[in-house]
Amino acid sequence: MQERSNVTWTTGDASSAPLSVRDLWVEYLGERGMVKAVRDVSFDLRPEESLALIGESGCGKTTLGLALIRLLVKTARIPRGEIIYRRDGVVTKVRSLSEREMRHFRWRECAMVFQSALNAFNPVLRVWDQMYDTVRAHQRVSRAEVRRRAMDLLRYVQLDPKRVIDAYPHELSGGMRQRVLLAMSLLLDPQVIILDEPTTALDILTQRTILDLLKRLKAELGFSMMFISHDLSIAAELADRVATMYAGAVVELGPVYDIFYRPAHPYTLGLIRAVPTVTGEFEDLISIPGSPPDLIDLPPGCKFHIRCPYATDRCQQEEPTLEPYGPDHAVACFYSSQVRRDADAMWEQHGHHRPGEA
Amino acid sequence: MADYLIETRNLTRNFGSRRERITAVDKVSLGIQEGQVLCLVGESGCGKTTTGKIMAGLLKPSAGQILYQGRDVWAQDKNGFKSYRLGVQIIHQDPYASLNPSHTVHKILSAPLLRHGFAAGRRQARERVIELLEIVDLTPVEDFLLKFPHQLSGGQRQRVSVARALTVNPSFIVADEAVSMVDVSIRVSLLNMLSRLKEELGVTFLFITHDLALAKFFAWAGRIAVMYVGSIVEIASTPEVINNPKHPYTQALLAAVPEADPELTRRKKSVALRSQDIPNLLNLPSGCRFHPRCPLFVEGLCNQERPELKSVEEGHSVACHVVTG
Repeated sequence: MQERSNVTWTTGDASSAPLSVRDLWVEYLGERGMVKAVRDVSFDLRPEESLALIGESGCGKTTLGLALIRLLVKTARIPRGEIIYRRDGVVTKVRSLSEREMRHFRWRECAMVFQSALNAFNPVLRVWDQMYDTVRAHQRVSRAEVRRRAMDLLRYVQLDPKRVIDAYPHELSGGMRQRVLLAMSLLLDPQVIILDEPTTALDILTQRTILDLLKRLKAELGFSMMFISHDLSIAAELADRVATMYAGAVVELGPVYDIFYRPAHPYTLGLIRAVPTVTGEFEDLISIPGSPPDLIDLPPGCKFHIRCPYATDRCQQEEPTLEPYGPDHAVACFYSSQVRRDADAMWEQHGHHRPGEA
Repeated sequence: MADYLIETRNLTRNFGSRRERITAVDKVSLGIQEGQVLCLVGESGCGKTTTGKIMAGLLKPSAGQILYQGRDVWAQDKNGFKSYRLGVQIIHQDPYASLNPSHTVHKILSAPLLRHGFAAGRRQARERVIELLEIVDLTPVEDFLLKFPHQLSGGQRQRVSVARALTVNPSFIVADEAVSMVDVSIRVSLLNMLSRLKEELGVTFLFITHDLALAKFFAWAGRIAVMYVGSIVEIASTPEVINNPKHPYTQALLAAVPEADPELTRRKKSVALRSQDIPNLLNLPSGCRFHPRCPLFVEGLCNQERPELKSVEEGHSVACHVVTG
């Protein structure tokens, strides 16, 4: 561990979560007005857990990920909120870090794997150069030591290090690039990894190898992982807990089995009903009417009420906040009991046994 | 066999120069009966889009034939070809790229109506445009007529693309990843709309997708053809492919797909492939294209001889030496 002498580091927080987000807001100044991309989001990323952030395009999930490591574009600002990072009893307020400290924070404490594996590389640098630069930006270590570590990690993500390390990004396939990015994110042994759409745009068989790899890495290295996906099946496969985002807010948060089998927010239920399974029984799908709201001109009250079959007058006026609903489960809906009842009925109708508290 | 609305026979398409030539589609024979759905599934680069483009008449095959209503499309006179092109439409994947950004919805839809004589004048064209927008659920119609594509959401744009395909009353539509770029919550309503066209207007579909779940949902009453590196490796009715896959590649795909159901997806047993490498189209493996990855590989057979599609059961064909014996 390097020295952490700055005043923003304070010690002695009781919580064990490596990352806590509290009341976070993010806005962009767009041409038409202020885009409220993240609205009052609070959650904890627990030790060694895998948290999925699901939602449709434009719901603010990528913005939230970028805000956590302060990589937002210049037109964005964070008017309110707190991002708290903890490691070995040291507590950091991420928003108070200087730019220089932030550069150290990124990658060493919290690494991000970006959506498009090709764009995340510098196209004119070889894999080795990018890996070496990354380590040298953070630590004073010898070239040989970096080389050894890089080769180990590439082997660890099931690549042939000799073939890959001197290759340019364009010489690698999509799945290989994604694995190189994973290896790079692990170079400095971060405690938290944020993955933005880790397997989108990959073929099915390649996606499977990346999913299996992620599971193995997490089990063996014990980092905490937050991944962003529009694909429910990735969440079902990888997540311990799932957060559903809609119009910039987290509307439901709970253990993966609860979210899929006992959702209590109409949007989560709507998503689950809209997605077919391949090897499951054939089922009728129901779409959610309408489309997601404009983040510049948000409707009053609950942002989902226009598309929601449960909505009443109250929903048009008042926005529900995320409240506890059962053990370890929180939901932002006035009619969560009704939704839960309908979700239960849906699973019963299917004749599926509902898994117990797995 | 003669009752196919559209049929391909040994369809082959090459790209590139003489020195560097790839065969994107390699002797594909498919047929779709009127009013039926055939789903073409496969991973990127397997030739499914090329097959779709050839079936829509946008690309000429390098070899082999394509028959529409029993007639060889590329061997007909100009009028015959034109009637084929009007009978066949394609819906592209990207609704952001397939609509002219400087035209209003009304213009996008009325232009083909007037050009091809499906409307006698502007007034008739307008009436038909309104009808088409109602068919694709873009209502109230007045809200959409004068909008430009950039003012519409992805799902709405894709509906305009569908309406445009319908302007010429096609009997066959190639839907190339038509819902892949649209959000999950809107996907189902688009698929339901396409299903309605099939049922109410009797449109025949070639539905191209990489997403097996969508293939299953859309083509449950139809058939699925699985493509791998330019060839069909398995074809059968949709429930048969999903529940009783025979080709090791199909089995690997089904085992690998993550499912939106935590129990189901975590219970899956993956098929161990011998290699993760996707074949290079410039340097294809000998014999069966799948042999370097195939768990059933038999030395001296699979790497020497190319398997042909053979019927294993009524309506179920597989191209695999080991499976077909």
